[in-house]
Amino acid sequence: METKEIIYCLKKIVKPYVQNDLAFQDFGQGTDFIKDLEINSANLVDIVLDVEDEFNIAIDNDSMDNMTTVNDAVRIIKSKQQQA
Amino acid sequence: MEKSEILNLLPYAEPFLFVDELTEVNENGTSGIYSFPKDSYFYKGHFKKHPVTPGVILTECMAQIGVVCLGIFLLKDEKTEAFKVALSNASVDYYLPVFPGERVKVVSEKMYFRFNKLKCKVKMFNAEEKLVCKGEISGMIKS
Repeated sequence: METKEIIYCLKKIVKPYVQNDLAFQDFGQGTDFIKDLEINSANLVDIVLDVEDEFNIAIDNDSMDNMTTVNDAVRIIKSKQQQA
Repeated sequence: MEKSEILNLLPYAEPFLFVDELTEVNENGTSGIYSFPKDSYFYKGHFKKHPVTPGVILTECMAQIGVVCLGIFLLKDEKTEAFKVALSNASVDYYLPVFPGERVKVVSEKMYFRFNKLKCKVKMFNAEEKLVCKGEISGMIKS
């Protein structure tokens, strides 16, 4: 899957949990889920569960801990898809 | 893990403990009982001259029995003495009032426990087994 395509899917998944709409307008690789979009840690779990369903992958605790930006998410999704 | 052990690990005390007894605990859910004492402090103001258990207290009771007790059980293999708990979401519909002195039963069903977040479907019934309220409650539970 292309990076652009993954980011497009992520944007759709993240949207309902975003608190900072202004930061969401600039959604891109450098966007930080908590610092920029002001998503809380509980909703970040929901996002990760949605990512698992959308991309048909399993995310482990280590990956979850390292998923702070869109770039991290793209990297993790790509590597899990390659493993599958 | 014994039910009494779970009750001892609950991070609440009077006047904010809303669990008398756990009747069932397993990997998928819990059930438990609480009786609201007639002299509970909130009846003095909710409402003036017309005491009814506040919805937020019913929600708290559901969260303590249905989510926190289950969380302690699920974390049984880890050190739970110093665990931290925080409510993250509650979406509850209320159907019947609970008056001073009434006994309620709470039944919860685990939806998922991933990355420290425990989400449950929870229902509360009165002594006549009628549905008092139900909803989905989730919390972050970390040991």
